[in-house]
Amino acid sequence: MFLQQFVNGLVVGSIYALTAAGASMVYGILRILDIANAGAYAIGAYTGWLIYGLTGSILISFIGAMVITGIFGFIIQKSLYLPQMKQSAIVPLITSIGLFIFIEDSLRLIFGAHIKDFAVEVPIGNIVLVNANISGIWILILLVTAFLFLILWWIIVKTKIGLAWRATAQDMEIAQAMGVNTKQLVALNFFLGYGFAAIAGIMVGIYYNSIFPNMGDVPAYKMLAIIVLGGLGNPFGTVIAALFIGLIETFVGGYIGFFLPRDAIAFLTLILIILLKPQGLFAKNN
Amino acid sequence: MYEVVVAINIGIFILLSLSLNIVTGYAGQPNIGHAAFFGIGAYTSAILTSKIGFNFLISLFLSGIIAGIVGMILGMISIRVREDFLAITTIGINFVVVAIFRYSPFFGGSFGMAVPTPTVFGIEFNNYTYLSLIYLFIVLIILFLRKIENSWFGMALGGIRNNEEAAESIGINVKKFKIVAFTISTFIAGITGCIYAHYMSFISSDDFGFLTSITILSMTVIGGLGTIQGPIIGAFILGIIPEIFRFVADYRMLLYGGLLVLMMRFQPHGLFGKESFLLNKLVNLFGRGNRW
Repeated sequence: MFLQQFVNGLVVGSIYALTAAGASMVYGILRILDIANAGAYAIGAYTGWLIYGLTGSILISFIGAMVITGIFGFIIQKSLYLPQMKQSAIVPLITSIGLFIFIEDSLRLIFGAHIKDFAVEVPIGNIVLVNANISGIWILILLVTAFLFLILWWIIVKTKIGLAWRATAQDMEIAQAMGVNTKQLVALNFFLGYGFAAIAGIMVGIYYNSIFPNMGDVPAYKMLAIIVLGGLGNPFGTVIAALFIGLIETFVGGYIGFFLPRDAIAFLTLILIILLKPQGLFAKNN
Repeated sequence: MYEVVVAINIGIFILLSLSLNIVTGYAGQPNIGHAAFFGIGAYTSAILTSKIGFNFLISLFLSGIIAGIVGMILGMISIRVREDFLAITTIGINFVVVAIFRYSPFFGGSFGMAVPTPTVFGIEFNNYTYLSLIYLFIVLIILFLRKIENSWFGMALGGIRNNEEAAESIGINVKKFKIVAFTISTFIAGITGCIYAHYMSFISSDDFGFLTSITILSMTVIGGLGTIQGPIIGAFILGIIPEIFRFVADYRMLLYGGLLVLMMRFQPHGLFGKESFLLNKLVNLFGRGNRW
């Protein structure tokens, strides 16, 4: 029972990590809380579902959805967010909320409001570990998450782009003065951020075997809670915070039988942490 | 009769937009879960009148008080976090409040609650009574806001909106003013919720969800944050459009979302806010720059 709950929490947590990673990257560079990232998550799920229906290959559907949603993110930052950088923080925030609502309602009008099945044949069999039954889909989710974060870690820590990325995250104007092409970097940032959200959307679709237009509602605020917990725009703190929330939700829901739905638990944790440690659990000291 | 129903609906949203404007427009603190307080007011009155048998007027007042107390707590949270995190907190509060209404049997669960029609001084409420009550409140709130705008309190809020540190440095008690702004704003939302609940005679948790918050926000932002006329005109325009163009009804959220994005991109001060092209044109057209 404990092991089963643990693995379950780990899977849920890694889905959260992917969902929050995109918004966390965007926040790290632009200091914008991009709620529309949860819209990208729904777009990614639908795009992946469409591509999977056409090709029958989950790999192509992952890559296709990531690229298409990434391009969408690129267009968004170019046309909406960059021109708003000089406004007060509430302006891009309201923009992203409007965009989020717009995306959800567009999906509803195009695909209909009802839930669509997203059943995928996974080439990995179930594993029985001691007394925990781990399905192939769970293993796929864990592997893909680990793989993507490894790539992200490699980009940020090991490459020259990553150096520019970190410099821009610290101070955009000075990085620009030092010859960093910050515009290109922001574009890359949005491309990856929205791409990650798309992958997360597909995985949630597969995990619950369903996609629907407002599937981004709960992630919209939960991922932001995770970003706060993870220390504001630090992608790796975000991973830990996401796993933490996933495990807490699963254990509290499984053992204590909370009277609130599990989605409220993340939020109550957030309120507590905001009040106790407003700078986040894993904030860097700078 | 149909016109009365439309006027009541628009009136309710005018009240909500005006109250949101106190926190988001004057004090510059985002509240994207305003519908939660609207809902707290509605459910408070539903419980008080149907389960305990309180008089409508007392429950009207208590709805405002309860919503105001929760708003005060939110105000205390707002002191500790930056404005963008406050935005998330308010979204989260909205989801949690709706979840509590939906999952707890005390609030009728997913079936919702029936709310009795009030009788005050021997008069049973009908649509015209609600209409008069709502527009009486609107007038009172407008008078109150005009007082605020020219008072020390209003200027202090403007100071907080423009630059919190600067306001603090010249001796404005930022904490106190923020909490007061949140309390007043949510008090009004609670009262509106009470009127709404009795007028609808039936409420369910879905009425007070995130989309309602977005609707209120859209009305306030599109009209013009930080002004009195802005939220009123915004609520009127967005409330009347689906009535005139019936086909819009299905695309309502699409329209609100799109308008929010466009407004923020090109007219962040709203259609009738400060520095608005439309307002300037109208003022030029009619010759003199009179105050609204």
